[in-house]
Formats: sequence, structure tokens, C-alpha cells
Amino acid sequence: MSQLDQWRPSASLGMMRRRAELLREIREFFWQAGVLEVETPVCSRFATTDPAIDSFKTRYTGPQAPQGRPLYLQTSPEFPMKRLLCADSGPIYQICKVFREGELGDRHNPEFTLLEWYRPGFDHLKLMGEVAELVNRLSDEPLAVERLSYGEAFQQTLNVDPHSATVEQLREAAIDHRLPGIEDLVLDRDGWLNLLLSHLIEPSLGQQKMTFLYDYPASQAALAKVRGDAPAVAERFELYISGIEIANGFHELDDSQEQRRRFEKDNDQRREEGRTSVPMDSWLLQALAEGLPPCAGVALGIDRLMMVLTGRDNIRDVISFDFNRA
Amino acid sequence: MASYSTNEFKGGLKIMLDGDPCSIIENEFVKPGKGQAFNRVKIRNLKTGRVLEKTFKSGESVEGADVHETDMQYLYNDGEFWYFMDPESFEQVSADSAAVSESAKWLKEQDLCMVTLWNGTPIIVEPPKFVVLSVTDTDPGLKGDTSGSGGKPATLETGAVVRVPLFVQIGESIKVDTRSGEYVSRAKDD
Repeated sequence: MSQLDQWRPSASLGMMRRRAELLREIREFFWQAGVLEVETPVCSRFATTDPAIDSFKTRYTGPQAPQGRPLYLQTSPEFPMKRLLCADSGPIYQICKVFREGELGDRHNPEFTLLEWYRPGFDHLKLMGEVAELVNRLSDEPLAVERLSYGEAFQQTLNVDPHSATVEQLREAAIDHRLPGIEDLVLDRDGWLNLLLSHLIEPSLGQQKMTFLYDYPASQAALAKVRGDAPAVAERFELYISGIEIANGFHELDDSQEQRRRFEKDNDQRREEGRTSVPMDSWLLQALAEGLPPCAGVALGIDRLMMVLTGRDNIRDVISFDFNRA
Repeated sequence: MASYSTNEFKGGLKIMLDGDPCSIIENEFVKPGKGQAFNRVKIRNLKTGRVLEKTFKSGESVEGADVHETDMQYLYNDGEFWYFMDPESFEQVSADSAAVSESAKWLKEQDLCMVTLWNGTPIIVEPPKFVVLSVTDTDPGLKGDTSGSGGKPATLETGAVVRVPLFVQIGESIKVDTRSGEYVSRAKDD
């Protein structure tokens, strides 16, 4: 790409038409299902505490904030959408831009489009069914649906139990499977699980089908409920098509106290890693204390979905102007 | 030497790995939805030429390698080392057989070569893309054959052996493409 070409779109006109059609079909799907479309603020005084996700920070100065007030760009619309649910919105969805600092690659653009929706009365397993139904509505050819627990996926591919294996066993699994150049890596347990998943398991998931990976290790619950089985698992799922993660869903945590503990733990981890802690969403905690209706929610990457539906392997092909043209 | 974070990784960046200077060929950002991000990197070891893969935690830093390429004039070989000179500073460096390697057979005194220096020592020597060398030995070709079809082996002044058309004779100079090792043309005598 020469300097002179950078004004041009990175996606073709055909791709943009396909994208517009996809958005129209999504809105049609939710209209028929009686799910309300909502919009929530992109900029907020609170940020996500998730140690693996960094927010862009900006600043508002003017009336009501003469000294200026820091604002964070959303990395997902989850918190305000949950506040709507706590205010009795009923089922809701949103299509919006989200922003993540430091994420750029073939499958990542620092700003991208999420479809996020919440279903009161659903658990994560029931919501997986609706995700499959939507994706098959949008895809030219219907895809078979596979459901695979996180534990089964690790057993099948690596012959280890991700819920009980030690750090050393996980490291050995990576070496046994000839993952190149990992001898010097120092990772914690979840780090090794993430490495094994992203390098050895993901590439084979969702080939000519949709694969739902569900029941994650409790340590990776994020905002999901933890089910106290032995071993305890997080009621969380991810959808993979053609080896690419498309969606991430939760049976939503509705315990305000537990949510506060997780926020604080995240911020502790940030400080331990020498990063700054971020303001946790106290209004979400208040709303949860009022009562979140039992529900499941999912965030689905529209750009990634476009990639797998049109067989592209670079995200720039499906967005009008990628990072280098923005 | 400066160190580089994974965010600075890109093709061509020179870094140190296990004590050897390396050049990044490809850099892929891999990030699970809610977990640690990784950089999966394809790297060439500049000393051995071997290509290897390495996985880094995103945000890690590695030491940069003081590696740069420069045009240098080939002077002579003393049986152990090949000597090169910077045409501007007149500084001389010596390259061992590991650095010169396959390029040795194309090296002609006075020719400008691309020399890759690591901490000031040559680790790679690339000959010019085209060299003009005289033929020291070849079978006398068939008289009258000027079509150039068929060909025959010819030994050049540097010891390299290339296939040449039948009409090329001992004592003539020819132009050779060092990348493919193929004859290009007879060199015109000035």
C-alpha cells in the first residue's frame, strides 16, 4: 500500500454491501424475536478492569467539568446494558463500535463492531442455541452445530485435563506438541491454558461447522456465573468458525458482592503487573445489588463473522477503513 | 543496544536471541478473547541462516542486535580470512569462512559486496548480483556453433563452475548472475 493509496477503502464495495445486508438481517432477526435495540454511551467514567483488555482513555473538558474529566472508551457495552436489564428493560441488543488498546493484527483492529445481546430467562446453553440460529440465518449455507466442553476439547487434542493439570503438566503438553519457541516462556496456569487453546486447539475448531466451546475453567470466569461442580466451571462459552473466535457469552453473574471482588482482584493484578488500576463501574455494582434478572448474554464480533462468512483471513478486507487508513 | 518491545516487532527488525543476532521475518499477533496476548514470530538466525519460530508474551522486551548492512570492497583472501574495505572510511574488516560461505566462489578483488556487520564483525557477505569473471578452463567448443544451445561447463577465475554456451573460450570474460549461478552474456571488453 503506497502513501497515495491510503485514502481508498480497505474493503471492496461488494463487501460493504454484504455487510449492510448482514446488519439489516440481524435487525430483522431481533425485531421478529421481540428483542429491543438499544444504544448506550461509548464514553464512560468507568473502565473494564479485565487485566487482558486495555481501554483507550480520553478527556472531556467544558460545562460541568471545568478541570476536565477522564473518560474511557468502551471495550464492550456490557456494563450499561446490564444496568438497563436491572431497570427492567427485558431482552435487549445493541450493535456498536468498541475500542481496545494495543490490539492490531490479521484478526484484530483497535476499533471494531460488536453485536451484543441479553436474554432474561436463558442460561448460556440456551443462548448458544439462539446464537447458532442467528448465524445460520446469516450464512449462505447452514452450518452444523457442535458443542464441546472446554475439558473435552483439551482431552481430545492434548490429552490433559485443563481443570486439574498443574502448570508443569500444561507446559509439558505444549512442549510434547512441538509448539515452537516456547522454552523461555514464563506463564501462569491460565497463561498456559490460553497458549494451548489459541495455538493448538482453536485452529481445528469450527471447520465446516460452528463449534461452541463451553464450561470454562473457573479462573477464566470473567463476568460469568461459576457452577460449583467438581471441578467448578465458569458458565461461559465461545463460538468458533474456521478456527476463529466469533463470540463470547456468559450465564451472567448477578451477585453484586462477587462482582466487586472480581473487579478488585483484577485491579490488584493490574497493580502487581506494574500497570495502573482503573475505576470500577460502581453504578453497575449498585444496579446488580438492586437485582439483575437471571439472564445470559453474548458479544459477537461482526467483523470476524464477516470474515468467516466471506472466507477472508484479514480483518481489513471487511471494514471500510482499517487502522492504517483511519 | 536498545531493547524492543513486541509492539515494535516488524519484518526486518534485528534482535538478539540465545546469543545470536536474528532478523524478524514475520510477526503475528495472537490473542485469545479474554487472555494473555502472544506474538508468534518467525525469525532468521543471521549467523546460521536457519529459520525458527518463537512465541513471546505480548509486551515483553528483547535486546536489539547491532546489525547493519554496508557496501564494502573485497580486497583479498589470505587462506583463512577474506578482507573487505569500507570505500569511504578505508576501514578494513576480515570475514571468516562461515560468513563468506557460498559467496566465496563469486568474490573478485575490487568488487563491491554487501556485508552484514554484527558488532562490527562480518556475519554475511553477499556478492554483487552480477559479476564479470574470466574463463580459466573449458572444453574447446565446436567450431561454427554460435547458437548457444547445449552448453558446457566452464571454470572461472574464482573457481566457480558455470554452464556456458559452446562458443565461449578460455580467456574470455563472461557476466554471471550470482543469485542463480547462471551465465548471462559475454562481457564486452572496454
